[in-house]
Amino acid sequence: MGGRAEAVITEKVEKGNTVDVVNLKMYFPVLRGLLKRKVADVKALDDVSFSIKPGETLGLVGESGCGKTTVGRCILRLYKPTKGVLLFEGTDISKVSESDLRQFRRRMALVFQDPYSSLDPRMNSCDIVGEPLKIHGLAGSRGEYRDRVAELFTMTGLRPDMMDRFPHEYSGGQRQRLSIARALAGAPSMIVCDEPISALDVSMQAQILNLLQELQSKNDRLSYLFISHDLLAVQYISQRVAVMYLGRIVELSTSQELYSNTLHPYSRALLSAQPLPDPAAEERRSRIILTGDVPTPLNPPSGCAFHPRCPMAKKSCAESRPELRDVGGDHLVACHCV
Amino acid sequence: MGRLLTVNGLSTEFRTERGVVRAVNNVSYNIDEGEIVGLVGESGCGKSVSQLSLMQLIPNPPGRVVAGSAEFEGVDLLKYTRRSRELCAIRGNRISMIFQEPMTSLNPAMTIARQMSEVLTLHLNLDKKEARERSTDMLAQVGIPDPGKRADDYPHQLSGGMRQRVMVAMAMLCSPKLIIADEATTALDATIQAQLLELMYDLVGRYHTALVMVTHNLGIVARYADRVNVMYAGRIIETGTVKEIWADPLHPYTEGLLSCVPKLGEKLEPIKGMPPSLINRPATCPFLPRCRFRTAACFKEPAAELTYVGGQHATACNRRLEER
Amino acid sequence: MDGTKIVREQIPDDEFEVLEEEQLSGVNELKRFVRAFFRRKIVVVGFILVVVVLLTAALADVIAPYDPYEQDLYQVLAAPGPSHPLGTDALGRDLLSRIIHGSRIALAVGVCTVLVSASIGTVIGLIAGFSDSRLNSLIMRITDILISVPSLVLQLLIASALNSGVTGVVIAIGLTLFPAYIRLINGQVLSVKQNDYISASRSMGAKKSRIIVRHVVRNVVSPLIVMMTIMMGMSIMAEAGLSFLGLGILPPAAAWGSMCRDGYQYLMTRPLLSIAPGLAIMILVFAFNMVGDGLRDALDPKLRGALK
Repeated sequence: MGGRAEAVITEKVEKGNTVDVVNLKMYFPVLRGLLKRKVADVKALDDVSFSIKPGETLGLVGESGCGKTTVGRCILRLYKPTKGVLLFEGTDISKVSESDLRQFRRRMALVFQDPYSSLDPRMNSCDIVGEPLKIHGLAGSRGEYRDRVAELFTMTGLRPDMMDRFPHEYSGGQRQRLSIARALAGAPSMIVCDEPISALDVSMQAQILNLLQELQSKNDRLSYLFISHDLLAVQYISQRVAVMYLGRIVELSTSQELYSNTLHPYSRALLSAQPLPDPAAEERRSRIILTGDVPTPLNPPSGCAFHPRCPMAKKSCAESRPELRDVGGDHLVACHCV
Repeated sequence: MGRLLTVNGLSTEFRTERGVVRAVNNVSYNIDEGEIVGLVGESGCGKSVSQLSLMQLIPNPPGRVVAGSAEFEGVDLLKYTRRSRELCAIRGNRISMIFQEPMTSLNPAMTIARQMSEVLTLHLNLDKKEARERSTDMLAQVGIPDPGKRADDYPHQLSGGMRQRVMVAMAMLCSPKLIIADEATTALDATIQAQLLELMYDLVGRYHTALVMVTHNLGIVARYADRVNVMYAGRIIETGTVKEIWADPLHPYTEGLLSCVPKLGEKLEPIKGMPPSLINRPATCPFLPRCRFRTAACFKEPAAELTYVGGQHATACNRRLEER
Repeated sequence: MDGTKIVREQIPDDEFEVLEEEQLSGVNELKRFVRAFFRRKIVVVGFILVVVVLLTAALADVIAPYDPYEQDLYQVLAAPGPSHPLGTDALGRDLLSRIIHGSRIALAVGVCTVLVSASIGTVIGLIAGFSDSRLNSLIMRITDILISVPSLVLQLLIASALNSGVTGVVIAIGLTLFPAYIRLINGQVLSVKQNDYISASRSMGAKKSRIIVRHVVRNVVSPLIVMMTIMMGMSIMAEAGLSFLGLGILPPAAAWGSMCRDGYQYLMTRPLLSIAPGLAIMILVFAFNMVGDGLRDALDPKLRGALK
């Protein structure tokens, strides 16, 4: 894809979005042997496109290996995308060098799944939360710095008098609050939440979901990319939801629409696989149980990657890959049978 | 339906440097034949420990079952010593367990068939050929394609979902009366989890096996279980049929737990605070520090015993019991 | 969860917090460290021995009853007695005084070799850990080769090429022990790099230098300290070995290794002449190993919180 083609794509994108991802591809080389020769590519992301508006939460669901974490890391440029356009507040950052990226870094942040490995065990919680302030020179004097960190603690429901404690003195839920406080420190316009509640207990999950929503209601330009395998949580917190399967988005629509009018057979199976905590609703539901395992992106099936497990698969599904198309009402789906 | 297991006053303690942790505190419940019972609670509430205690699989030291009885098919499991022949004859034969991480439960250096045959020769005295036949038959029943060939695979050659299917097959091998599934599907992907749960549901129905599902996922319990035990801080604080509990959760913790699950278009009302430490707990209700409905009386009274309020529904909340 | 719910007294939010306090009692880091370090009795013994040797070395001039180099040819090979507690050697020098002064050489060689090998190894290890996979595997394969060369042979070669004396010994031993540090540091860097807090730092826009200094080095320091402590013992051993073979620190210097060698000829008549310095070596090596073990327990962040 030449520079001109990309310019065309960039023009097509609506202005004023926080993030625009256009035909993003991320291939990881498979290296073998003493000389680390490349023997193959893992297509972790293949032509992924979406955008996130200011103040919006986009949910990203899918099973392990579907590439949802890779999307998050590409947006934050922790990975350099193989191909495609990645607009952050209107600027293409997909090819920007690491040193030029720094000015954008303050405006985006990441919250991780693992509340243990995401906080440096040898730093106290004040320095963990204040790290972005120091990196971007927002700290000021020692007193100002501590005041600002205390403010972040209060915002995320932590007690500022615990600032000098170390991460191991906090519980899992509180560590996740620390992670969120750190993410907020640079006053970002975009936070990628990568499975932020998966490692937590049910009651802590609800607390964190509410905290994220509360923060967004206080700052109406704050966007989230909420990555999770938990469809219920994603639907709860997101305005729009994208369902991923093997490196591609198979369905993208509003939360409400995806729930009431699920089109892609994979989304339907995923929805039905999620047991609802409501016995009455469970009795009424029909269950779709998929056969087979999730294929590996190293050797994806031909045509539509889902066809070997799909209950609706036709002959053509194995031959050509369905493109993501609009079926009306901001509802995109990639399936031959819809 | 006959009574299969009666647990009475089970208490388990762990000795740590900070003091004695009472991980399971005076837990009593029963399980009927062929019944599916959910055991829900958050991490550290003692749900796994209570199940391991029954099988005397608690590492000792630091852990110790300090009180209680567990009558299974007329014998008290807790009466035997840990390595007694009687208990070994029950474990894996009459009662089997399925754990979350199949890779640590399977021996990586043995083929699937050998591991399965070992169980059969140990418990049922089958000869090699019979054991192999029975193993492949069981693998076929848990939906493993081409079981004759797969039986000669090593555990690492199978995917996570397939491994957990093998675990189910091994658990079902000796046609046990009770299977304890401890977060058996938690580590799996949603669609694979659904496959496995459906499979377990079908199998226990077909063989009339009782199933205890230890899980933190309320959805799984709502979908598959007949009855639920809710645990908090080492105690069962509410028990009842799934319908009873969902229709009218009595204990404030149960109520809070149910409203912690996100529903589209509804505001979440999470339980505040975090689970208590189990060291030197006061005698008051363990949920007191987080309870939205506590009154001055709660601070003075000892924690309530699990008391039946009608049907199979029981709760351990003093305030709720007063109302009834 | 409907209208049947009975409304009771509602509790304001901040009250919940107060009741949680009991669970989060902060622990003093130093107190925790000391307690974890001295948890095993054998570590206490090792620590006391190290302190004793350090004091001996520092106060050697004061506590040694004689000058270690003064020959008293009337008192050659004297048996242990009131005037010479451990007897004298073939030149009439007081054995106890020589052992006391020998602790200085042992510690000096130990400290210097550890500093030399640790600094070379750490720098190369950090470079390897932060380079791309190709350069990394190149450095590590060379390291493997260096480690597979028998260290005694290499030490003999280097020591015989250089002049004998403390410098020669330090270089000879330092050059054979540094590959072990490369391996340790490289492994540590690679595992620390896996942690999400490194990605977090990158995503915040931290420069590579900041990540290395603030996050990686900090988390590599503890295993490095443990390794250095244990390596102290190893280098003291190696020095004694070289001196014993006559390639290390040569007489008349009071090095324990060469004292063993000198006393060797009189093993039948005056066994203490070689056994006493041998024991001194053994005790010091053991003591450093035990202290290293204790440090490993105390510095492991995974054990933090477990030992409250």
